Amino acid sequence: MKQKLVLIGNGMAGIRTIEELLKLDESANYEITVFGEEPHTNYNRILLSPVLAGEQKFDDIILNPPEWYNDNGITLHSGDPVTEIDRIHNRVVTASGISMEYDRLIIATGSRPFMLPIPGADLDGVLGFRDIEDVEKMLEVANSHNKAVVIGGGLLGLEAANALMKQGMQVSVVHLMNSLMENQLDMPAADLLKTSLEEKGLNFLLEKNTKEITGSNRVTGITFTDGEHLEADLVIMAVGIRPNIDLAKTSGIHCERGILVSDTMQTFDPSIYAVGECVQHRDVCYGLVAPLFEQAKVCANHLANLGYGRYEGSVTSSKLKVTGIELFSAGNFLGDDDSDDIIYRDPGAGVYKKLVIKDGRIDGAVLYGDTIDGAWYFQLMREGTDISSLRDNLLFGQAHLGDSGHGGEKQAMAMSDDAQVCDCNGVCKGDIIKAITTKGLFSLDEVKAHTKAAASCGSCTGLVEQILESTVGGDYSTPEHRPICQCSDFSHDQVRDAIRQQRLIDMASVFQALEWRNTDGCHTCRPAINYYLISTWPEEAKDDSQSRFVNERVHGNIQKDGSFSVIPRIWGGKTTPDELRAIADAAEKFNVGEVNITGGQRINMLGVQKEDLPAMWAFLNERGLVSGHAYGKALRTVKTCVGSTWCRFGTQDSTTLGIALEKMTWGSWMPHKFKMAVSGCPRNCAEATIKDFGVVAIDSGWELHIGGNGGVKVRATDMLCRVTSEEEVMEYCAAFIQIYREKARYLERTAPWVERVGLNYVKERILDDAEGRKALAERFYLSQRIAQFDPWAKLVQDAESHGFTPIKIIEAPIEDQREVAAS
Amino acid sequence: MSNWIEIGYMHEIPRLGSRVIKAAQGNIAIFRNSNDEIFALGDKCPHKGGPLSEGTVSGRTVTCPLHNWRIQLDNGIAVTPDEGCTNTYPVKIEGNLIYLELNS
Repeated sequence: MKQKLVLIGNGMAGIRTIEELLKLDESANYEITVFGEEPHTNYNRILLSPVLAGEQKFDDIILNPPEWYNDNGITLHSGDPVTEIDRIHNRVVTASGISMEYDRLIIATGSRPFMLPIPGADLDGVLGFRDIEDVEKMLEVANSHNKAVVIGGGLLGLEAANALMKQGMQVSVVHLMNSLMENQLDMPAADLLKTSLEEKGLNFLLEKNTKEITGSNRVTGITFTDGEHLEADLVIMAVGIRPNIDLAKTSGIHCERGILVSDTMQTFDPSIYAVGECVQHRDVCYGLVAPLFEQAKVCANHLANLGYGRYEGSVTSSKLKVTGIELFSAGNFLGDDDSDDIIYRDPGAGVYKKLVIKDGRIDGAVLYGDTIDGAWYFQLMREGTDISSLRDNLLFGQAHLGDSGHGGEKQAMAMSDDAQVCDCNGVCKGDIIKAITTKGLFSLDEVKAHTKAAASCGSCTGLVEQILESTVGGDYSTPEHRPICQCSDFSHDQVRDAIRQQRLIDMASVFQALEWRNTDGCHTCRPAINYYLISTWPEEAKDDSQSRFVNERVHGNIQKDGSFSVIPRIWGGKTTPDELRAIADAAEKFNVGEVNITGGQRINMLGVQKEDLPAMWAFLNERGLVSGHAYGKALRTVKTCVGSTWCRFGTQDSTTLGIALEKMTWGSWMPHKFKMAVSGCPRNCAEATIKDFGVVAIDSGWELHIGGNGGVKVRATDMLCRVTSEEEVMEYCAAFIQIYREKARYLERTAPWVERVGLNYVKERILDDAEGRKALAERFYLSQRIAQFDPWAKLVQDAESHGFTPIKIIEAPIEDQREVAAS
Repeated sequence: MSNWIEIGYMHEIPRLGSRVIKAAQGNIAIFRNSNDEIFALGDKCPHKGGPLSEGTVSGRTVTCPLHNWRIQLDNGIAVTPDEGCTNTYPVKIEGNLIYLELNS
């Protein structure tokens, strides 16, 4: 028998909870009924200001059309508010007299605008700014009248003012404080904002206290406590919101400012949940969309009796939706006695950036004019990353000079709709906005899935986030603990911890222990879990080749036409005529399409058909060449220069050390590809300072560098230390690789990993703790004893069972086959 | 008129894996999922023609190795939000032998 689930409030928080529940199999246990006060289906309240501004229509902002309710078997009663919750009989009663029993109840009644209790507040033409009805009334007045006054210079007030101005009204904004958006902005940023809004045509009256609203039936103006009077045909009160808790209160549910809820979103009555702006969680009431989505997920998890979801509060950031204004604010943006400010100010360019730093971590941020790095700062802040080592460059942002793929664009708003945002997949700004508005997208992942923007190299992620924020509005954020994929709510770190702590040694046990939603996992989680298994339990876990990406399964790089590349290992980039002859012979014998010298000093043979691979490998094996692992999340290459053996500037024998490093590290599986280089002198011809692990010879020994990257996001290495002997280089290298293997998330290169955990962490583990370093190196050597075999040689022996050959060849055309069958 | 062709044994296809049939009309990928269901699809992703046989099988879908489109094994249709479709072919299993039907 199905349980009855009743939702009070047909808005974003409540419906999101239902949507989250529907994603879970357990939703089948519920018969769902929704009651809404407004006579509409669920729409995107955040986009009311674009509707008011005439940039969008109401239809554009509907999130769930009537079909959605039908398709999911949900009964909707719109325009019929619940007036009573009878907790003794588990029943709700509506204004129209419907009485409905519930087994579980969700209250999602949202909030109401706070109306100043002053004379005239009930006159015609005095409105809050909360729902589509308010917007329709405002538009009606805007059609026939001219003067509007907005009381409140916060986020909502400014959006309303800007929108009314776009409707052709003369708009004045009245604010009690001496600066705008004081909950989000410091004084300098607020001044910049005020100036640019004044240039757009808004009029501001700061430090004004409204005494009364004048008029007999309709509003005619407002009077301030200092006696000044202002004419007005329309007054919008945008001085704040209050959780809408009347119904909960009269039903005897414990409320303070909001409805009190636990970390599972339950009220004091455990069969009644509450989500969204009406709740008070750990003493905080939220008025932004991101926390509400996180709450919805937890509430759905609990409704499904899964019970492992916990809501622990949200760190929020905000963003103003006024066309042409870039503004970002998060956390403790004012700073205090214990914090430092790092400030960049360029009034001419209209750019202001301030980061508040406390104990080596970002505690708050205000960005004005250039917000491309807002999401990055916000992430560093929420994850509590130690930014000491980034401090010098932090304010210049994550994108460095020389990064490719975003055309140097930093301000999405300055781009026209036909400007290309994602250069990999050719997605324009207009395409992204269209997808967001027509398909109701809220997260970066959704935008990636629908438009493919930022889905390849990711360098335009910041721009896409900006577009998402300014289109969807107020607040956009990625959850603090990103799930590994859609099969689970657990993060990469949680999955790996479970593998270690519960001694899980195969994929099926992981899926079982962590209650994977998809019994086979998916293309995202399976390679990750396979890596975590074999790197955590190198001796016990068995490599699952079906969970590897094709390149690692077939030991070649798949090309766009389905052919593969073959790249033999050339140790340290030093080769011989015999090796070159073998490669040349192989290229001719197997009709290689193209021979190419790679950036890592190897030779790439392209266009090899899958069924030819084993024979070609055998041919190369016979001539002493083995797999170069150029296809894997593995040690790729060690690039070297000729060093002191030949070079007149060389200080050390970099080639020999490079070969030794490659002999030690080849074959190891990593979270992502891993590249090394050894340069024989500080001229650094092997480009060691853009490698994952780079070694630069100096007269007195070797300088060790980590965390560099030369790809889409150029990052120069951090200097780890100097050592004097080759043995030390080897040990430090092994230890660094091992800590990266143990700590980085799958598909996280060393560069972002070092930025995430901080250089200090790596130094503590490798430099300050000699015992720990040796233990790390030992663990690496152990894992290498199992990992170091030539996969080509192994596959050559058993090519057929690995599917390199077709299972069947049907040579004759179909017609001929049939004739054969008939005869 | 139907035309059942013997393909091979079940155990010749790895679980959660695939093998290819070379045929006059192009390659056909034979998939085996974790429930030992067998599916046959044109080995060509509707997106950019990627070889689906090299993809990751999960439940009743395969993810193309080139750009991660997910294709449903039972009907060849791409999982939304992507749009497109590849050919499917009927298969039957008798004993341990797999047969494929090629219609004209």
